[in-house]
Amino acid sequence: MASDKEFKWIGTRPPRPDGVDKVTGRAKFGADLYVPGMLIGKVLRSPHPHAVIKSIDTAKAEALPGVKAVLTRADFEDRESELVPAGEMMVNYRDIVRNVMAREKALYEGHAVAAVAAISNAIAKKALRLIEVDYEPLPHVIDAVAAMQPGAPILHEDLITDGVDPVPTEPSNVAKRVEFALGDVEAGFAAADVVIEREFDTQPVHQAYIEPHACVASVAEDGQAELWVTTQGHYVVRAHCARLLGMDISKIRVTASEIGGGFGGKTVVYLEPVALGLSRKAGRPVKMVMTRDEVFRASGPTSGAHMKIKIGATKDGKITAGEAELIYQAGAFPGSPVQPGAMCAFAPYDLENVKAVGWDVVTNRSKVAAYRAPGAPISEYAVECVIDELAKRLGIDPIDLRLTNAAKEGTRAAYGPKFGPIGLVESLEQAKAHPHYQAALGPNQGRGVASGFWFNIGGETCASLIVNEDGTTVLTVGTPDIGGSRASLCMMAAEELGIDVDQVRPIIADTASLGYTFLTGGSRTTFSSGMAAIDAARDVVQQLCERAAKIWEIPADAVEWEDGYARPAGANAGNFEPMSLAEIAAMAGKTGGPIVGHAQINAQGAGPSFGTHLVDVEVDRETGRVTVLRYTVLQDAGKAIHPSYVEGQFQGGAVQGIGWALNEEYIYGADGKLENAGFLDYRIPVASDVPMIDTVIVEVPNPRHPYGVRGIGETPIIPPMAAIANAIENALGIRFSELPMSPPKVLKAIGEMAAAAE
Amino acid sequence: MAKNHVTTTINGDAVEFLCEPEDTLLDVLRDELHLTGSKEGCSSGDCGACSVLLDGRLVCACLVLGVELTGHEVETIEAMAHGEVLHPLQSKFIEHAALQCGVCTPGILVAAKALLDKNPDPSETEVRYWLAGNLCRCTGYDKIVRAVLDAAADMRGS
Repeated sequence: MASDKEFKWIGTRPPRPDGVDKVTGRAKFGADLYVPGMLIGKVLRSPHPHAVIKSIDTAKAEALPGVKAVLTRADFEDRESELVPAGEMMVNYRDIVRNVMAREKALYEGHAVAAVAAISNAIAKKALRLIEVDYEPLPHVIDAVAAMQPGAPILHEDLITDGVDPVPTEPSNVAKRVEFALGDVEAGFAAADVVIEREFDTQPVHQAYIEPHACVASVAEDGQAELWVTTQGHYVVRAHCARLLGMDISKIRVTASEIGGGFGGKTVVYLEPVALGLSRKAGRPVKMVMTRDEVFRASGPTSGAHMKIKIGATKDGKITAGEAELIYQAGAFPGSPVQPGAMCAFAPYDLENVKAVGWDVVTNRSKVAAYRAPGAPISEYAVECVIDELAKRLGIDPIDLRLTNAAKEGTRAAYGPKFGPIGLVESLEQAKAHPHYQAALGPNQGRGVASGFWFNIGGETCASLIVNEDGTTVLTVGTPDIGGSRASLCMMAAEELGIDVDQVRPIIADTASLGYTFLTGGSRTTFSSGMAAIDAARDVVQQLCERAAKIWEIPADAVEWEDGYARPAGANAGNFEPMSLAEIAAMAGKTGGPIVGHAQINAQGAGPSFGTHLVDVEVDRETGRVTVLRYTVLQDAGKAIHPSYVEGQFQGGAVQGIGWALNEEYIYGADGKLENAGFLDYRIPVASDVPMIDTVIVEVPNPRHPYGVRGIGETPIIPPMAAIANAIENALGIRFSELPMSPPKVLKAIGEMAAAAE
Repeated sequence: MAKNHVTTTINGDAVEFLCEPEDTLLDVLRDELHLTGSKEGCSSGDCGACSVLLDGRLVCACLVLGVELTGHEVETIEAMAHGEVLHPLQSKFIEHAALQCGVCTPGILVAAKALLDKNPDPSETEVRYWLAGNLCRCTGYDKIVRAVLDAAADMRGS
């Protein structure tokens, strides 16, 4: 562990290497590429939430002057059912091919049914209107609980519930049952003095990245393809497109554009295989950009859920058992994040008896995509609300109740592993000692607290570090930079090399220029690409020492690297003037040729991140509006490489959580159509909705990373919903069990309480 | 359908372009002139990513038609820095780490500049309400607001 030593760069706040490009408008995002001869691709989408597609007639569209290609289900081969990882979720090619372009049925309003490429946007739109689709509308089901009932409209005639015994003989909308358990929950509840059981509902919320999905595809006559795309993982996009289009991986070169937010939602493919298919047919480059309406209707969101939580405890606050039943809606294809939801539900606590059962249910909505700690914010919201109620019932401070039961090093989680060093206790202790926790509250104001856990992941990662002739360097990584990761990766390389951070220029390689690298997700980038950058830098250092040894004519192991200089390791090694990286680089041609370091790793030991949030709210009794007055995030970062970007993740995650808690939801009409597919009606927090978000970076080093890093990007979205629900309860004495806690719901509850009091 | 010929001024330069009647200023900036610093996040005036100044007034470029520009002046993010020198707002955004993905950043900078042109000493609340039309999904706004307040202080020389 290097965490105690003095660092030159780690923990400082240098300007990010892509900063000037981002503040001047130079940075090129997905929609910012224009190439000669480029066509515009557009998608025709189903107006029905559920319908058999009897026929598609594209003749009139194809005959329209300016139309160069039309694509339908007939252009995509069917794929076998095969699960592959994408981000923190698994995807099935049988389903991806159907989500990219509807086959037998349209399964949600907005489901892609056909696509065109034309010489202008106007012609492409006109061509879409000329495509004749014969639909046979079917009854639809939007709600997951309704979809589980006998007689509900069935989305997939061949969907047999996985994970139940005996295996069902009839298809249903229940894709899967999962269970994680430890001990004996019945015995645990029997030993409890207090048992609380509550039900909760949450609605789907969208990742709502400001940049819509966009790409430019170009397929040459020999089948060589180029794809420019906004994505969290261009290697994953390449794999999906190759599989869907029946192409060799080597024939598709994918370049990740700058990415305008993703939050998990840009880990799957929507437009990309369609753009490649259109380009292949047309023989010209094709650009496709989703409208905001399409983003809401056809991409993301995360699941809505119905949950039952039961927790028992003794009078002194020791939890004796916890049980959760979680029903998550997956959208039109199986694969909600109910499994991580079930694994995370009780993970912050050291419990002998725990059981979490999850159900993955398909409905006639767009297929869910990963959203920041997928699954965890939903289940942990419900558990953290019950923990708060338990604390109140027992007359114990909610932080003390959590401390009594907090997971720590050695605790075995219900989902299997024993935790290494973790920072939940530290985050709770620092929350309790924080001035925020003691500050006075006014009328109609309340304070809430909640904690959160996320696993974090590592995975396959490459990096290379090139030493230029003048001693400057280029760091090449394969993880798209979604929030400043290039800054922290350069800092780690500079720390190892002992050079200035601005002597390291970072590049996100295209898929043909660096080995396979898994996507930016799972809070893995600073951890995994950081580890690879460090390894590549150490490779460079070893080569630099060997070159110096050659020049000095001494053994390589008699040279050591310190603060950017090769030095003789000791008096016995000889008396030579230290040589800088630049001096050795200048002589590289005479000492063996170019100096380049490489790393190709499967990063392990990510180390989970725990956090605790404090929030003060004020409720307007006349309007039901909840105002967040003060907010503090305390979270374990292991070691913060660039503290500003760690704080930024804490703040951004908290505010997304505030939106989830108070405003955001998918609203469907009885006709199964989404009613708020725009930023006016799907209202994410704006600057005037929120206060400053205070942050405390807790540092319990992760022993599996050279500098102690753990991922921090996802945990911050987990605690806000419960923290705010708990704060509203503290203000009003009303416990809400539904998200969002929007003004109409709050006003109604206040009215009911007043009526009951009369 | 014949295109319309428009003569206007963009970032101080006389510019001529052809556009369809329904093309927005944002379409013209991006698709015709390839000034892609102005971003399209919604096309409905809800996100502010395409904020530009039209005769000094802050507008969403997606809500203005290209044909309306004759005789007017447009200023985009591309004109904010002068040569090698960044505008103080641009420098402060980098210094305060007031961006993560950066796609909302051009619009927010243009909007913030419009605020400081009118009000060199805004309160935190004034900054928050002025920027309420510019969505940012990454930062939670904290560092953005601090960067604007710090830039304002710098520009006032205090």
